[in-house]
This record gives sequence, structure tokens and C-alpha cells, in this order.
Amino acid sequence: MAESHGGAKGPAAGAHTEADGGHHGGGFPPFESSSFASQLVSLAIFFVLLYVIVSKLALPRIGGAIEARQNKIEGDLAEAQKLKDQSDAALKAYESELASARTRAQAIGNESRDKANAQADAERKTLEEQLAAKLAGAEKTIASTRATAMSNVRGIAADAAGQIVQQLTGVVPDAASVNAAVDASLKG
Amino acid sequence: MKIDPIHQFNIEPLFTLGHIGNHTIAFTNSSLYMLVAVAIISILMLASGTQLVPGRLQSVAEISYEFVASTIRSTAGAEGMKFFPLIFSLFMFICVSNLVGIIPYTFTISSHLIVTAALALLVFFTVLIYGIYKNGLKFFKIFVPHGVPIYILPLVMFIEILSFFLRPVSHSVRLFANMLAGHIALKVFAGFVAMLGFSLGAVGWIGGVLPLALTVALTSLELLVAFLQAYVFAILTCIYLNDAIHPGH
Repeated sequence: MAESHGGAKGPAAGAHTEADGGHHGGGFPPFESSSFASQLVSLAIFFVLLYVIVSKLALPRIGGAIEARQNKIEGDLAEAQKLKDQSDAALKAYESELASARTRAQAIGNESRDKANAQADAERKTLEEQLAAKLAGAEKTIASTRATAMSNVRGIAADAAGQIVQQLTGVVPDAASVNAAVDASLKG
Repeated sequence: MKIDPIHQFNIEPLFTLGHIGNHTIAFTNSSLYMLVAVAIISILMLASGTQLVPGRLQSVAEISYEFVASTIRSTAGAEGMKFFPLIFSLFMFICVSNLVGIIPYTFTISSHLIVTAALALLVFFTVLIYGIYKNGLKFFKIFVPHGVPIYILPLVMFIEILSFFLRPVSHSVRLFANMLAGHIALKVFAGFVAMLGFSLGAVGWIGGVLPLALTVALTSLELLVAFLQAYVFAILTCIYLNDAIHPGH
């Protein structure tokens, strides 16, 4: 429609608008075809410019930043997992070490207790033997003392018996028969 | 004071770049705001750090990246990531220019049908050319949904073909109309405030409270619409590209 005289109208329209404060050649601006070419050309220039900036610079940049963050997060998580595994392994090693140390300690305790018991037994045995020996010695001494005492008693008894028989009968009895009588009464 | 809600859509040539045939190619206010959008996106995406722990600007850049990437993955699958730069450029360009357009006295690029139509046609031809390049004639299976009885197939095919070719229309008009209508509504209500205040004095100052409240509410709605329409444009692009990538479905 207005395309044929668009060239002439462009600058004039601007001046016109200034003059009467709004009424723009009587048309509705979005349907004024005289401005179409200018708008299309500037749209083409700026949209292509934007597309180039976006596709060559902006998106690789932001996408790279997002990806770098993603990688960093994943790397950190993997690192954390690795450290956790390590600490778990260390804990397990510590626990098994602790368990083996405990069994070893128990073994050592048992062994030393057994050794102490054995030693105590041996000492008691020697002590008992010594005591038994002393007891035996003492018994022997007692027995010998008693035997001597008894033999003295026998002598005294035989003497006494001989004296008594002599006093009673006036006869001196023969020693052998007195001894035999004393032995018989001692035994009885 | 006169309200002219259409004035904000005027294309003002700032300086002339040259001529193509009979057309004067001028650097207009629209061009300026396209430059602003490209500059904002470039600053956001290039000046933000690439640290391990992102700062605020870098977070915004990364959220935009992840947002568009997940939209593509969920609608067009992993193969759709081939079109990541295109969809990201479309989404950011529309979103940033819409958001900038909400600032008073700025210009909204997408309030012009020619711009949204150009973007929609870019998507349309990308779908068409990539679909045929990748799938050959099998691409046209998108017009033949399976499981349809043979006697109504011609009708279904006709509807499918029609809807395919109407896609750029709905795709572009949706964005254009939303931005245009929103900005007109905003301007009208904001105009009421000034008009009441200037014409009715003290009564008007009190009466202006209601349209002012509406303007505030509409501005927040427009913020939502600005983002939502960019998202809708991007997700429709993904859905259309999905047809080109997987024409069987």
C-alpha cells in the first residue's frame, strides 16, 4: 500500500508527530507499512547479532559454568565417599586390632595366671613336704623320747617290782622273771 | 489533557541508514529498543561471573539458561537442544523487550505485528525446512494423524494443513495483541488519573485514586503477561519444532 511512497514519508512522519502531539498521519502505527522495512531490517540485524552472541559466547559460557559446578559437586561427592570408605576401613581395622589385642591380653592373663598357680602349687608342695618332714622328725623324736621314757619306766618298774617282791616276800626275785612280768604288764 | 493511548506505538525514525529500493531504512526508536534488549541480554549473559558459587547476576543468567533448557527438554526432547540457541534468543529477546516496554515512556518492540510476524515466520520456516531436511517426505505425516477412519481422513488432513499454515498467524498475533492491548489499557487508565486531577481539582485528586490503583494492578498484570507471552512464544516454538523432529507423533 504505502510502500511506493514509503521513502518520502519516513522523515516527514516524524516531524508530523512532533507537531500535533500524537496523531500520526491518521493511521494505527502497528499497521503503517512505511515503517515495516526499517523494523524488519533492524530486527534482522539485532536478532542475528543476538543469535550469534547467544550461540557463540553466552550459552557456552553459562553452560560451561553450570557443567563445571556439576563436575565439581560430583567430584567432591566422590571424594567424600572415598574418604568415608577410608575412615570405615580404618575403623574396621581398629576394631579388629582391638579384638585381637583383647584376645591376646586374655591369653597372656590366662597364661600368667596358670604360671602363678603352678608356681604357688609347687611352693605349697615343697612347703608341705618340708612340714611333713619336720612333722616326721618331730614324731620320731617323740617316739624315741617316749621309747627311752618307756624303757626307763620299765627299768624303774622292774626295780620297783623287785623291791616290792623283796619287801613282801623277803626273797630277791631273779631279774629275768621280773623283767618278763613287767614286759607282760606293759604290753597288757 | 488529551489521552492518546496510541501515541506510544509510533515509530520515530532517529536517523536514516539508507535506502532499499523505495524504502527508507531508518534507525528508529524500535531499533533502539532492540539494541537495548540485545545489550541487556549480552550484559546479563556475558558480564555475569562464572564462579562456582554464583552471584546475583550469574544466578539470573543460569536460571534463564536452565529454564529454557528444561522447557525444550520437556517439550521437544533431548534432540530439541539443537535449537537451544534459537529458542533462548527468542525467549530472552521477547521477554527482555517486553519487560523494558513496561517502563513508562519506553517503546515495546513486540507491540508491532511486523516484528512478531517476522519472528513467527522465522520459526515457521525453521520447522518446515528442518522437518523436510531431516525426515524427507515423512515430515508430511504430521498432516495424517493415525487412527483416523479413512472416510473422514480428507477432512482431518484439510484441517491439519490449514492449522499448520495458520500457526505463524496465531503465533504472532497472540504476542502482538497481548502487548498492544495491555499497553493501551495501561495508558488509558493512567490517562484517567491525569485527566481527573487536571480537570476536576480536589475532587479529581480523590477520584483519581481508583484509576491509579487500577494502573498499579494492571502494571503488575502486565509484568506477568510480559514474561508469560515470551514463555508462550518459546514453548510454542518448542512444540512446533517437536513436529519437525518427531513427525510421527
